[in-house]
Amino acid sequence: MSAELKGFLLVAVLKILVVFTAINVGVMMVIWLERRASAWMQDRLGPNRVGPEGVLQSVADGLKNILKEETFPVVGADRLLFFLAPAMSFVPALLTFSVVPFAAPLPGFDVTLPLLGRFTYTGPISMVVADLPIGFLFIMAISSLGVYGIVLAGWSSGNKYALLGGIRSSAQMVSYEIALGLSLVAVLLVAGNVTLSDVVAMQQRSVWFVFALTVGFVLFVVAAFAETNRLPFDLPEAEAELITGYHTEYSSMKFSMFFIAEYSAMMTMSALMATLFFGGWDIPFTPWDEQGPPSVGRTLATLGVFFVKMNVFVFTYIWIRWTVPRFRFDQLMQLGWKIMIPVALAYIVVVATTVYTLEALGWEVGPTYGLVLFGVNAVLLGALLFGLDHERLILGARQRARMAA
Amino acid sequence: MAIGVKVVRRPDSVSYLRATLKGMTLTFGHLFRRKVTMQYPEEKSEPGWSLSPRWRGTHRMLTDEQGRAKCVACGLCPQICPANCIKLVPGEDEDGHRYPLIYEIDEFRCVFCGYCQEVCPEEAIHVGVHYENAEYDRGRFVYDLERLCAQTHPVSSLWDPADPRGE
Ligand code: SF4
Ligand code: SF4
Repeated sequence: MSAELKGFLLVAVLKILVVFTAINVGVMMVIWLERRASAWMQDRLGPNRVGPEGVLQSVADGLKNILKEETFPVVGADRLLFFLAPAMSFVPALLTFSVVPFAAPLPGFDVTLPLLGRFTYTGPISMVVADLPIGFLFIMAISSLGVYGIVLAGWSSGNKYALLGGIRSSAQMVSYEIALGLSLVAVLLVAGNVTLSDVVAMQQRSVWFVFALTVGFVLFVVAAFAETNRLPFDLPEAEAELITGYHTEYSSMKFSMFFIAEYSAMMTMSALMATLFFGGWDIPFTPWDEQGPPSVGRTLATLGVFFVKMNVFVFTYIWIRWTVPRFRFDQLMQLGWKIMIPVALAYIVVVATTVYTLEALGWEVGPTYGLVLFGVNAVLLGALLFGLDHERLILGARQRARMAA
Repeated sequence: MAIGVKVVRRPDSVSYLRATLKGMTLTFGHLFRRKVTMQYPEEKSEPGWSLSPRWRGTHRMLTDEQGRAKCVACGLCPQICPANCIKLVPGEDEDGHRYPLIYEIDEFRCVFCGYCQEVCPEEAIHVGVHYENAEYDRGRFVYDLERLCAQTHPVSSLWDPADPRGE
């Protein structure tokens, strides 16, 4: 085996291991954070017994779940699919993170280890598990596979409530996926590429896309909440109506896998929000992080910044969850089909026109370019809020009756 | 319409955005509020907090000056007990005084209604203001007369004399 191949394999395996571990540890931390934060928001203390401030609570829960008995629904269940469903939602949730760049590149290396021989890696090591050329299209594709796990879990349980949860989630995820994809077309138009590292590079050259594409960001956030089945869009698991929806019949570790899938999907979506709209690992107001040869210090600093950005969104997920009540199903569909999708389509037209005009004027992508887009977006957002929120965004029964009269 | 239903008139035009932002500031503010949780095994009470004197917990049999149970084995409490969990075998001594030969309450079956206390003519059996009842053995939840007499916790007042209807 040549030194280059060995170096490549080493780097690839290490990256996979590190990211996989980081996500799983991250999920445990996020679950703990969610429980603590929700408790604080309700003036309680939350889990604070296992480990300092209760950080090891999830470890204890995981252990408990591994040791618990697995139960199977006996009547009307499909054993095989029932068994496969947790894995089918677990794997895509973990897979999606692989295309998210999480730090500035590391320098290459050339080392000789005893017994194993020489390892070399020329050029910077990009801090992403797989810098796929199809970038966020990959995320869209894989994350929509997650719905199969949920639907099959609902169907194979042989339980009415689980089935209802599965049906709801398929309807919900299919409709919001469209809005999610359409809101990303705007990013594609400005960045000119779907590769996430290019999107980050583009934001370093101009402004963060949250300014250049504010409306797109709003659409993306709403659709992402719906995609991850988080409150206010957690119709598939709606405890009050469906017990817990699709995972009603699951116990022990299989239940935990749905849990981990939900939280890692949430982390991936947060990472995507940070990457697509908040500059990824870019440190604001300084060109230090993207210039000069790669160095370890720079990688660590940018990793820290990415971590902070991502966790701001993770916290927002939790914060929204304990603030906004659940939608009714028709309201959810109305918001998705009658508002999100038309707005996203119109938005693509506007962004495309603006980009085309700016290019026809011969402007280079840079801060001013971004500011012009920001101006357009500010006007759009104002108009949108006035149009949608001036009256009620989602019509209540009374108002519909009044309008019908 | 059922009694006491409050009809909330919805405002005709509500900004969802404003309502959501308002809600979010509220929840965020609560993050830093003083927490109401009492860390139970370590803290069992805090200023301004106590069990209600009307709490109905595990039973206690009161005793007279000689340390004998006040019960005269009249049989009213097993009669009224809705859970049928009081076992009473009456006895009589040479002077004709009745006393319980066996008096057992199965605390697992008891629904803590307090009727036994209410009905007792001798004010002998009481439900107690007490809640830590864990045992390692199911059998230990059948309290016999000796155990009932040995309890020391305060007894329930069942109702507040100043406010008998609990208003
Ligand atoms: S409290 Fe009620 S249920 Fe319990 S022993 Fe007394 S009468 Fe029976
Ligand atoms: S009602 Fe009172 S006196 Fe009568 S049997 Fe019960 S405890 Fe004894």
